[in-house]
Amino acid sequence: MSVKLSRQDNEFLDGGRGKAGRMAMRIVVRMAEVVDAPELMDISQAHIDGCGLLSDAGLEFAETLAAGGGNVSVPTTLNMGPLDLQNWEHFGVNKEFAAKAIRQGKAYTDMGCIPTWSCAPYQGYLTPRFGQQIAWGESNAICYANSVLGARTNRYGDFMDICAAITGRVPKCGLHLKENRRGQILLRLADIEPAIMRSTAFYAVLGHYLGSAAEDKIPVIEGLDAAVSSDQLKALCAAAASAGAVAMFHAVGVTPEANSLEGAFGGNEPERIIDVSLSDLQEAWDDLSTAKEKDKLDLVVLGCPHFSFDEFRDLAGLIRQKTEQGQRLAPEVKFVIISCQSSYALAQRSEYLDVARGFGAEITLDTCVFHTPMVGGDTKVIMTNSGKCAYYAPGELGVNVAFGTMADCVESAVAGCVRRKEGLWKGS
Amino acid sequence: MERVLKARVLVAGRAEGTATVSKEPLSLWGGLCPRTGEIIDRRHELAGRIVTGRILVLPWGRGSSTSSATLMESIKAGVAPAAIITMRVDPILALGSIVSDELYGRSIPILVVEPGDFQSIRQDDRITIESDGTLSIAADSDGSLQSGQLFTRRKINRKRR
Repeated sequence: MSVKLSRQDNEFLDGGRGKAGRMAMRIVVRMAEVVDAPELMDISQAHIDGCGLLSDAGLEFAETLAAGGGNVSVPTTLNMGPLDLQNWEHFGVNKEFAAKAIRQGKAYTDMGCIPTWSCAPYQGYLTPRFGQQIAWGESNAICYANSVLGARTNRYGDFMDICAAITGRVPKCGLHLKENRRGQILLRLADIEPAIMRSTAFYAVLGHYLGSAAEDKIPVIEGLDAAVSSDQLKALCAAAASAGAVAMFHAVGVTPEANSLEGAFGGNEPERIIDVSLSDLQEAWDDLSTAKEKDKLDLVVLGCPHFSFDEFRDLAGLIRQKTEQGQRLAPEVKFVIISCQSSYALAQRSEYLDVARGFGAEITLDTCVFHTPMVGGDTKVIMTNSGKCAYYAPGELGVNVAFGTMADCVESAVAGCVRRKEGLWKGS
Repeated sequence: MERVLKARVLVAGRAEGTATVSKEPLSLWGGLCPRTGEIIDRRHELAGRIVTGRILVLPWGRGSSTSSATLMESIKAGVAPAAIITMRVDPILALGSIVSDELYGRSIPILVVEPGDFQSIRQDDRITIESDGTLSIAADSDGSLQSGQLFTRRKINRKRR
């Protein structure tokens, strides 16, 4: 092994920190060789994505580490898991699946992970600070942590995350190092009207466009509204990290490493300059849907990534507009909101949950529609305001998907079929 | 005549198979069904193909950090590609194979080739991979799409768990 190791690293490798420590360090060191890192470095926080997908291999891996005395050495949060721990029976999850999911969750919490079960960890507990070296899994969270918080993480895949958490070490390379965080390509939004940028759907669409335009480069966005909200940036990150391998972007005047255009590029010249046009965005908007207007709707999914307090509030406002006109959820449409305990706890101190439930919405926590088997085989068409959910649903769930604004989702849920305002650009 | 390329080895191993080539990056989670070996990303040009036992040739991965879990599960289920060749180092793909190796002692080779060499690999090339990263491409490979390609046209398998 050509990676320079510390005495402590070798202690892990030699089994002095237990069997799990040995396996975790072996994986970290082999990954350092893959990425040509000269040595390892410390991290001070981790976020585990590997707890999400329930697979026989993933369960075996987690239980092997836990049984081998695995313990996280840094504060470690958990991404969403494969089960709504309190309400799984309500969502028709079978007992066998639930039992395995509970075992997998227990393996991670036994290793000392904090049961946050959230895919928007930057909106919850233990938000990393600027410049902090962390090891995060979950593509949207990686993008948000690097871009919006200015914390430093590479794209850690499932199982590397827990190995980093156990050893407290990662390969010293990539986005952990300042010189690799400079912008590479420039996206200009000069042609996009401010009114369009106020819609959250714009951020999902821009993210979807960004993902394919940037590939694995670091894009610098010029012209993003400085008043952009955390939920809008969340939508941007989730879509960009699904359609591409975007682990970081800069937005001039918005994100902390981009006080100026020059600062964002850190002396680099842009490799490419792209002037984003309305028709680029219209194309990205269209590309997010596989279902058509007026298709019969089976399921609405909101909360990918997990719904925040603000989103509960926005949704309540949209629902009230309908119920005040005597309109209600079409009986054949299921309306599911995915969230995490921390946002839900805040929303419990408001009337928004009652408004949503009164409309017929169901709320599931700790998990997501992709990782828990709650979408029945009779579901053909789903609708969502998430670029990420729209991207993955056809492949992962075998459904057609319609992407729209949150208002479009509510409108369609009432109508019982896909009904969107004429594109994003004529106002939403 | 047989062509020989030299690849950088991320995960070592021997493999032999027919190439399934795409110029589009692919996220294995949401892209590969780990129970059937089918490409399920409907937006991807390989949608509907079975990659089990094939040499999967992609520019790089993208998207989900769950892709490493998908790859490991497909190796365990015996439906994984025989090897994956990319033109840029993709740590998440390498990781799935490495963790499978550490846990089960079973892995698939993951290799990186120069962009020029990447462009030269054609659909259905017969490729032999040695542990040191030597790739031999058989001379009779004609790059045609017909030879034994398992191709189910954009049919999406519904997941059952």
